[in-house]
Amino acid sequence: MSIWEYANPRKFMATSGALLPWVSALAAILVVGGLVWGFFFTPDDFRMGSSVKVIYIHVPTAIMGSSAWFMMLVTSLIWLIRRHHVSALAAKAAAPVGMVFTLIGLITGAIWGQPMWGTWWEWDPRLTAFLVLFLFYLGYMALWEAIENPDAAADLTSVLCLVGTVFAVISRYALVFWNQGLHQGASLSLDPEQNVADVFAYPLWTCIIGFLFLFLALVLYRTRTEIRARRLRALIQRERMA
Amino acid sequence: MKGLLLRDLRLAIRAGGGFGLGLAFFLIVTVLMPFGIGPETGIITAVAPGILWVGALLACLLSLDRIFALDWEDGSLELLATSPLPLEALAGVKALAHWLTTGLPLVAAAPVLAVLLNLPVPGFGWLIASLAVGTPALSAIGTFGAALTVGVKRGGLLLSLLVLPLYVPTLLFGAEVARRGAQGLDALTPLALLAGISLLALAAMPFAAAAALRVNLR
Repeated sequence: MSIWEYANPRKFMATSGALLPWVSALAAILVVGGLVWGFFFTPDDFRMGSSVKVIYIHVPTAIMGSSAWFMMLVTSLIWLIRRHHVSALAAKAAAPVGMVFTLIGLITGAIWGQPMWGTWWEWDPRLTAFLVLFLFYLGYMALWEAIENPDAAADLTSVLCLVGTVFAVISRYALVFWNQGLHQGASLSLDPEQNVADVFAYPLWTCIIGFLFLFLALVLYRTRTEIRARRLRALIQRERMA
Repeated sequence: MKGLLLRDLRLAIRAGGGFGLGLAFFLIVTVLMPFGIGPETGIITAVAPGILWVGALLACLLSLDRIFALDWEDGSLELLATSPLPLEALAGVKALAHWLTTGLPLVAAAPVLAVLLNLPVPGFGWLIASLAVGTPALSAIGTFGAALTVGVKRGGLLLSLLVLPLYVPTLLFGAEVARRGAQGLDALTPLALLAGISLLALAAMPFAAAAALRVNLR
């Protein structure tokens, strides 16, 4: 039993089909539960008032927005090294999901920033790096759309993903040099002194795990769609040849 | 390798407008900016380094799709790929030729335009230094973008969408050098970081560009 078995589309379809209802249900329960818990059953922050509740959407989507890119990096590497088509399709499937999470993170950040910092947008390193990440998602998806041959498209987008990762990381640290920001440091860390208070942390963790499962479910759905589309195209081509 | 470089330079200079076009574009962008900002000298002086850097970047971008597109259309790219020259070297030479025909004229023209924008005199040296160090990175990264999109018809817009996010760190440090230089602050640290990015781009981008070319030529 090894993970490479899932390089076989048939095996992947069978397993992901069986897993999908459970993953979707878990995502729904955790996201809805976490948000309800966070919105209605936690006290208001003594400085931020009820606007603190944006955290339950902002932090999980921001985490998933950047994690999705790293998932694409890993799947791109697997495609480049071992040529497993499912891997390339998973990278393709994850891009729009990651982009939307990044966008939600940016928008909720702006909604939170307006009452707290008095501005919708600030050229802060974290914010700007996220905006740049959003642009990388756009370019990556545009390249997938532009190239007709699916294998060439997978190759080129994978190379772009690798190069983009390097430059995204450089940009992140270059931006720190460029401008010290308004954004606070990490809200969740292993150091209990820096951590948010437990009342906020438990629902927040629920939301983060919930959004992780939501991401997983969406990527599985989209990968399955991509595999089916690929099959359909092969069938149509076979019909034409006959 | 030398022959290829000379050929590219000759083509760029003789084949209708590729050479001067970037320069003219740079001039127009820099002249248009004050119209958008307003005639107050103080504001223009303050934003001059940024204008010059963004102008140089856009002028670079303009000529990127010519790097491989013409060779791709007439089939000479395939010939070059089958020659004993490795594709990595080909990409490197192409980037060098692009820099010599686009980046170097921009470096030379920047001080003239800086006078138009009232850049303080001590900033001139830093501006030239930042452009001289930074534009090779623009050419190298752009060559990679051009290699990615060479098979795409009318890929110019896609090319800019792919390349511009990759330009962020270069632009950031380049404009920072010019800005600090103009304000009389110490600009050596960002210049060193800019040089680091340039060297990284020069060392790594030909390999990425060659990988992309191989896929497109398959």
